[in-house]
Amino acid sequence: MSTFFGGLDNHLPALLVGVPLLFAFLMPLAERVHRRLTDILAVTGMGLTSLCGVLLAIRVFTTGAVGYAFGAASPDEMLPPDSGGVPVRILFTVDALGAFMVLIISVVGLATLVYSVTREDRHGEKATFYALFLLLTAGVSGMVATGDLFNLFVFLEISSLAGAALVAVRMDRGVAVEAALKYALLSATGGLLFLLGVALLYTQYGSLNIAFIARELRMTGLDTVAVALLAVPMAMKCGAVPMHFWMPDAYSRAPAGVTAFLVVSSQCAMYVLFRSLFTLFHRRLDLAMFGWFVIALGVLSMFIGVTMAIPQKDVKRLMAYHAISQSGYMLLGVGVGLAVLGKPELLDAYGRKAMAGGIFHIMNHALYKGLLFLTAGAVIYRTGQRDLNNLGGLGHQMGWTMLCFMAGALAIAGIPPFNGFASKFLLYESVFRFNPFLSIIAILVSVLTLASFMKVFHSMFMGPRLPRFAEVREAPLPMVVSMGVLAVLVILGGLFPTVVVEHIIEPAVVALLEQSEYIQTVMER
Amino acid sequence: MLLDLPFVAVGLIAVIGLGAMIAKKNLIKVILGLGLLEGAVNLFLVAVGYRQDGIAPIFTNAPEGVMVMPTVQALTLTAIVIGVATLALLLTMAMAIHRHYKTLNVERIVKLKG
Repeated sequence: MSTFFGGLDNHLPALLVGVPLLFAFLMPLAERVHRRLTDILAVTGMGLTSLCGVLLAIRVFTTGAVGYAFGAASPDEMLPPDSGGVPVRILFTVDALGAFMVLIISVVGLATLVYSVTREDRHGEKATFYALFLLLTAGVSGMVATGDLFNLFVFLEISSLAGAALVAVRMDRGVAVEAALKYALLSATGGLLFLLGVALLYTQYGSLNIAFIARELRMTGLDTVAVALLAVPMAMKCGAVPMHFWMPDAYSRAPAGVTAFLVVSSQCAMYVLFRSLFTLFHRRLDLAMFGWFVIALGVLSMFIGVTMAIPQKDVKRLMAYHAISQSGYMLLGVGVGLAVLGKPELLDAYGRKAMAGGIFHIMNHALYKGLLFLTAGAVIYRTGQRDLNNLGGLGHQMGWTMLCFMAGALAIAGIPPFNGFASKFLLYESVFRFNPFLSIIAILVSVLTLASFMKVFHSMFMGPRLPRFAEVREAPLPMVVSMGVLAVLVILGGLFPTVVVEHIIEPAVVALLEQSEYIQTVMER
Repeated sequence: MLLDLPFVAVGLIAVIGLGAMIAKKNLIKVILGLGLLEGAVNLFLVAVGYRQDGIAPIFTNAPEGVMVMPTVQALTLTAIVIGVATLALLLTMAMAIHRHYKTLNVERIVKLKG
């Protein structure tokens, strides 16, 4: 494994960020040469990035966490011999949780980019679109790969700026810009608070490396402030209620391919939240309090998200509220794990299982929610309508889109044999033993989700053929292909959940729980 | 005591910035508030790295004595660059909104709700 590409695979963590950056900046140049060249280059760039991501993930899952030192003679020289045990270089640290996120970015990123190839190029903004999309990819990949707090801030800002610009890309008589402005203002403020938290940690420990700070942490008063400054902006970025209000706007106004990828971007913010709570602060936190803080965010998001979704008329806005609701499940599962982190017997009894459910749900959500947004986008692309009251009877013409929508809708409602069932079932079981009331809320929210998607399904695809949609045909091939791939993954995840849990989810849970392994990757090599 | 002054300034600038973001009606002023907040964080970073009577952190032929912390200065530079990009993007969006809505009053930029 170590020698193919002439040793280039030792540099996978750097390539993961470098390749999309390079291709992003090639876009304006390619547009000058030929219009089609931007399509080809964008798909190639994203394909190469995904290849790097998948190879890196395979490597981490087979041989353990990968560290990468920038500017060192050899990339695995994490600590220079004369540094006195302080990591002075910029380090990337990809452990199983990071690899898990990289895998999600690779799969959903490629699918959504291929889907977006069909978008109409009315104002010649397609090269810009691809450039921003690839920048967003570089940003989110960097966020999950880096082991350095300031680096994390930089990648966070890259992803926020690119994400906001992508939301605004269609203008939409200014409405899309309004949504993007909300997103950009909130992300920028959140990013600054995050930076302030990083500065507080740096003044005390003299390093920006996550592993180093985690080892040295003393939990002073300033650290308590730092936890809040790191956690709150990230909870905002992953759309946790009561900081969710930007999300329906941004998700419903962005082009569908972008929305599907923004879901992943939000989950990367959630990764940062978990990473800082578990790896950076770990048992030095007031576990019961922070555990319940995350659980409360989760339950609020689940419940308020779904109740806001039910009355929506705009199909993408409805799905955006469901995205908030589903993030609640992830927060709930991991929050339960955090709450019992200090009690090994409870952790083994149900804590690990709850966390596995929450983390498995991150992957499942990225797949089925991405799929649902893509199907909604295909319907809007063909009909020009986004209001559920004006749609209907599309099942006659858009058969494949309908099938894909059904897979996504059944998965989000937690119906077997789709992947949403696998993770939700893990959650119900384990959360019930922690607190039965929470589990009942989770099941109730699933039922409401099912009801809501029944309505959407009925008003989009069922009913007689409508005369005003007589011209509507099946979605273009690239759209159908990318939706099909995601649908197949949704079904495979539901058919073989034990394989996925055993090989991908369990290592990711261990990576969150075992702080010492993360520290070792950097400090003892 | 004198050394605490920068931190007092950080607090003041941050409060003014946040206040502007929350209370001002004009979109440009809200964005300027964000710019102030950014300035406060940058000032905090630099102030944190300052050492009294410190010298520039260049190791070649350095004289004896305390050095100021170099990393925070590099961080500030990066943060300033990011800040410029953020402000530029936000102001571009404000322009686009003004073109379509004919207003910069945040209370009237509310086509999205519910």
